[in-house]
Amino acid sequence: MSETSARPRPVSPHLTIYRLTWTMAMSIIHRICGIGLYFGTLLLAWWLVAAATGAKYFDTASAFFGSWFGQLILLGYTWALVHYLLGLIRHFIWDTGFGFGPERQTLARMTLVGSVSITILLWALALVLRS
Amino acid sequence: MMRTPLSRVRGLGAAHHGTEQFWLERLTGAFSVILLVILIGIVITLVGRSHATVIATLSKPLVTVIFVAAIISFSIHMKLVMQVVIEDYVHTPLRKVTLLMLNTFFCWGVGLACVFAILKISFGP
Repeated sequence: MSETSARPRPVSPHLTIYRLTWTMAMSIIHRICGIGLYFGTLLLAWWLVAAATGAKYFDTASAFFGSWFGQLILLGYTWALVHYLLGLIRHFIWDTGFGFGPERQTLARMTLVGSVSITILLWALALVLRS
Repeated sequence: MMRTPLSRVRGLGAAHHGTEQFWLERLTGAFSVILLVILIGIVITLVGRSHATVIATLSKPLVTVIFVAAIISFSIHMKLVMQVVIEDYVHTPLRKVTLLMLNTFFCWGVGLACVFAILKISFGP
């Protein structure tokens, strides 16, 4: 028994041996977006706590979100949010048993195209509403 | 032949929870999609607004309820999804259990902070 357990256990092939496909890339990005959003909720918490604390503290938070660094984070956060949201919808389509044919690739491409366009639209809308 | 009789499947499986976690992940995912769309709609009108305007909007009962519902849904979804990520990549028992505990702690912490803040805003100073 000890001889067999000393040998390294066989492992299944992983990422490195496969050709990168659209569906695979979107699956990986979906998970990365999810992890980003997980820690990104701290921003939502900070914003809400700042608003609850008072005007002075809220202005500090607003100043950060308004700075170029804050805007960059918020832009990334918006895109990750929209991308993850579209990914969830894609998973719901799969859950109903549809979308497993050649349209998989179209679905994957639409997720990326959709998330980028919706992010641009949302930021444009925010700019219009702000002025 | 049925290989998994109901009596064996019910409440069992590797984690003794059957498909409960998978279902809850999907359920909170669906809620989160709907609530996120509404939330984005609310937050986008508050970009660059003053503290008073933000407070006035957030303290509306419907907005408060939507925020609380969204935060609960996000927190549960986050906890379940991160649990899957940890279970996928971390295989050392001690590290895995520690991270799973931190995950639960983080999601509860962020969720409670958000819920408390929004309720405080809504109920006033």
